[in-house]
Amino acid sequence: MTEPDTQIDLDDPTFRGYRRADGRVGVRNVVAVIPVSVTASAVAERLAGDAVEWVRATPHQMPLDPPDGAREQIQTVLEGIGANPNVAGALYVSLGTERIDAEALADGVAETGKPVETLTIRDAGGTAAALDAGSEAVDRLTDEAREARREDADASELVVAMECGGSDATSGIAANPAVGNACDRLVEDGGTGVISETPEFIGAEHILADRCGTDEVRERLLAAVDRRERMAGLMGVDFRGAQPSPGNQKGGLTTIEEKSLGAIAKGGTTPLRDVISYGHQLPLGGGFVVMDSPGYDVESVSGKVAGGAQIVVFTTGRGSTTGNPIAPVIKVTGNPNTYERMTDNMDVDASRVLSGESVDAVGADLYRGILGVAGGERTAAERHRMEEFAINDIPPKELAALGDPT
Amino acid sequence: MKGITLDDAAIVMAEADTVATALADLEAGREFDLSTHDFDVGGHTITLTDPVEFGHKFALEPIAEGELIRKYDEVIGEATRDIAAGEWVHTHNVESTRARPDDDGDDGDDAADETDGQQAPTPEGER
Repeated sequence: MTEPDTQIDLDDPTFRGYRRADGRVGVRNVVAVIPVSVTASAVAERLAGDAVEWVRATPHQMPLDPPDGAREQIQTVLEGIGANPNVAGALYVSLGTERIDAEALADGVAETGKPVETLTIRDAGGTAAALDAGSEAVDRLTDEAREARREDADASELVVAMECGGSDATSGIAANPAVGNACDRLVEDGGTGVISETPEFIGAEHILADRCGTDEVRERLLAAVDRRERMAGLMGVDFRGAQPSPGNQKGGLTTIEEKSLGAIAKGGTTPLRDVISYGHQLPLGGGFVVMDSPGYDVESVSGKVAGGAQIVVFTTGRGSTTGNPIAPVIKVTGNPNTYERMTDNMDVDASRVLSGESVDAVGADLYRGILGVAGGERTAAERHRMEEFAINDIPPKELAALGDPT
Repeated sequence: MKGITLDDAAIVMAEADTVATALADLEAGREFDLSTHDFDVGGHTITLTDPVEFGHKFALEPIAEGELIRKYDEVIGEATRDIAAGEWVHTHNVESTRARPDDDGDDGDDAADETDGQQAPTPEGER
């Protein structure tokens, strides 16, 4: 999608997507194989690897028995991934001794009306038997998914996640402002745009606070930022050495404030309507919202996809290659050297802003790109099968000191 | 593009900023004539005292130790020593005003331990 698709009319922002039983629209038609804990991750990966390309696993490292607080968050993400409208059908794989109940996850997802199955490795009779039973389940789910057809849908039905990773000075000058412009266009057309990575609001939270639609949203935003800032102290992380990361610093970013001021540009200029907890459901037609997430980009993306985002727009100055198994990730760089060196991993060259092109023009092209990808155009990360996935874990020390974030 | 470009080689994001960002690898000795621009620190010529890499910043005016550094018309940190006009501005002479560890018994001399790119990675990896 490097070449802007001029066929897409911004006065009629529509695309063709997969309408699910609950009315929500997917931009992809994947069967998700979702492990409930780390003990089922390998089986989930094998099942997806042996199946057709659009069967996707979401392997992760969460333990059998995560502590209270951490467990609820993991559960929310696991259920949200299955419920994401890009998912045609889901298979939850567990060892059988997890405290998170696979049946409860499946019941939650079944409320959306899509087919869901569960597979318990112990009950199946071990790994080999589970792989046999699992591949039969995957076959049933893919047969049903094959029936889905794209139909007309509107930009207002999109939830688009904005993310950045491997930031440098061009992120705040070129790529993030262009993404912010596309976010404004999406919000104006009735859709939802979401930014996250709360540590990257530190030093810029006053700007976001001024954009809050109500005092209540403002208070929740500032509380979330304050919590992340205290958490850093608690973990013994000195932001002056660790944020911006060494890579960010090589790219010219000096302080967390400077990184944050660039990062929030991804969210455009419209009022901030809501602050959503990590992995929780994002509103449809919700305007510009924030998800309270950690700064680690893979976990942050997974949280927003669990919240229902169908597409991710990901800016990178230094050249991140990551994708997601469930949602297409559009890679945008504002660094001309990165674009040249890693063209194969990039979708949009926002460095045009540095050579004088307007943010508005690049933002318009990017918005066309978003609609194109919504309609089925493949991103670089999809072509390369970049499907990183990780769930944010809440360390016990943090739970004890700061309590459950929800 | 938003901001004011200097000879297509650097950009000043807002009129009140005290630093510019290099849009190319710049050599020490490079001169910028600020008199033709209408931002607040205009009206003089500055000469780079250090090489400044693409994406990195240099001071548009002398900045005293303890003074706030402005980019995007916002505060991005505080000078940890006097900075001359034209000097490279980065972690060696600027420090965040935020997210410092709470009084944790540390000697408070973290800034002295910092060298660009050699910090331990954060538990959350590169952002």
